[in-house]
Amino acid sequence: MNLMTALARLLIFPGLLFAVPAAWFFLWVERKAVALMQERIGPPFMQPFFDFVKLLAKNTPPRRGIGGMLMRAWPLIAVSGAAGAVGLLPVLPSSGGFEGDLILLLALLELPSMCIIAAGFSSRSIFGEIGSAREAALSVSYNIVFLLAILSVASSQHTFRLETLASMPDSPLRWLGIVAILVCLPAKLHINPFSLPNAEQEIYAGPMTEYAGPELAMWELAHGLEWVAGAGLVATLVAPHIGKGWLAAALFIALSLVMVLLLSTLAAATARLAIDTTVRFYWQCTLIFAVLAISSALFMRFRS
Amino acid sequence: MNLWKRLICTCRRRSPWLFHMNSGSCNGCDIELVAALSPRYDAEQLGVRLEGSPRHADIVCVTGPVTRNAVSAIKTVYGQVCHPKAVIAIGSCPATTNVFIDSRTLAGPLEKHIPVDVFVPGCPPRPDAIIQGVAKAAEILAERGMKPPDAESAPAVEEAQP
Ligand code: SF4
Repeated sequence: MNLMTALARLLIFPGLLFAVPAAWFFLWVERKAVALMQERIGPPFMQPFFDFVKLLAKNTPPRRGIGGMLMRAWPLIAVSGAAGAVGLLPVLPSSGGFEGDLILLLALLELPSMCIIAAGFSSRSIFGEIGSAREAALSVSYNIVFLLAILSVASSQHTFRLETLASMPDSPLRWLGIVAILVCLPAKLHINPFSLPNAEQEIYAGPMTEYAGPELAMWELAHGLEWVAGAGLVATLVAPHIGKGWLAAALFIALSLVMVLLLSTLAAATARLAIDTTVRFYWQCTLIFAVLAISSALFMRFRS
Repeated sequence: MNLWKRLICTCRRRSPWLFHMNSGSCNGCDIELVAALSPRYDAEQLGVRLEGSPRHADIVCVTGPVTRNAVSAIKTVYGQVCHPKAVIAIGSCPATTNVFIDSRTLAGPLEKHIPVDVFVPGCPPRPDAIIQGVAKAAEILAERGMKPPDAESAPAVEEAQP
């Protein structure tokens, strides 16, 4: 991948120029889907954009010292991590990529949740600290399953290159991996039933309690970009590259939208679980599938 | 007014986030405020969102006749909401202390402590009236955002520890 394609992917498609409006659109789809399921009309189409601009124009409380600087930095790091993750998705066929970009993608996907943990603790609000502790516990539980699932898909193909993974032949192992990723996505996106870290009303706003104005706008954007990255990752794994150029892009967008609808339905239909139930769910129920997936992947690898 | 300012003005009007503050209400007004956000009245059409933290909010909705205990909490919460902000007094209680008038546990009405922008009278007011009040407060908010923060109208409050 040369510099020009890297920049184009990061800034244009599927990077910022596409991802930011897509993030707003997905946030709107999520809210609208919940509204329609409750037989309401719901927010207008431009609502996430209105919220974003309004927050940008709001004042922030004065923040002093290193703690204040860190509090300003975390949301920016989270946004850049999520934007970088979106930019790495192999949407267009033969658009470049490099050996090992899967590892970079996983690290970037993890960055926003790391930032949320750090943000809650550096805000020194007791609600923020509770939220961060929950986020940390949640992250430890779902990440094992998430990483094992992706590893099993990768090791069955002998590669850590996203491009090769996206165009690999169909196999039951891939679907097992996709199911495991799907189970982890609600926890990664903090939606019901795993909306523990930012449990609205229960612990105020969790790690975000002390954030206001532009910083909060950045958190909202990071959350939207996480939606694009998470839904996009599944979309690229589900659909092998069909056709060229715009067809692949259109398929990617359509599949991501289906993913968002699926996840919002889940969020609307469920209530928040307690932290111990969540941790038990990931460690007891889903871990076994992930271990199965990776062991069968290794088995297939030795056989071939 | 240039384009960016007009855009911000519109966005403020279209996205009022509420913080609900109970200052000793009988719970009647609180139920009506929640009803205004329920599927039947669907205040989200106006972009309304009920926020958990006052830092995120634009509009503080105060219910209840302001008991003596609640005064410092109201002032702290008012200080924690960032500029521009507006205050709605929901129900007759914060406006006049209503049926609790002359009680020795009260320090109301609300206007003695923080500036109020919109009164929604009623005991309790109907959800439609509350939504109308929110829409009006959002317009006030959009205009207020054009001016720098006004030091005189805001009471002196100590910032809560970040
Ligand atoms: S206005 Fe009426 S309903 Fe509302 S808090 Fe006061 S007494 Fe209760």
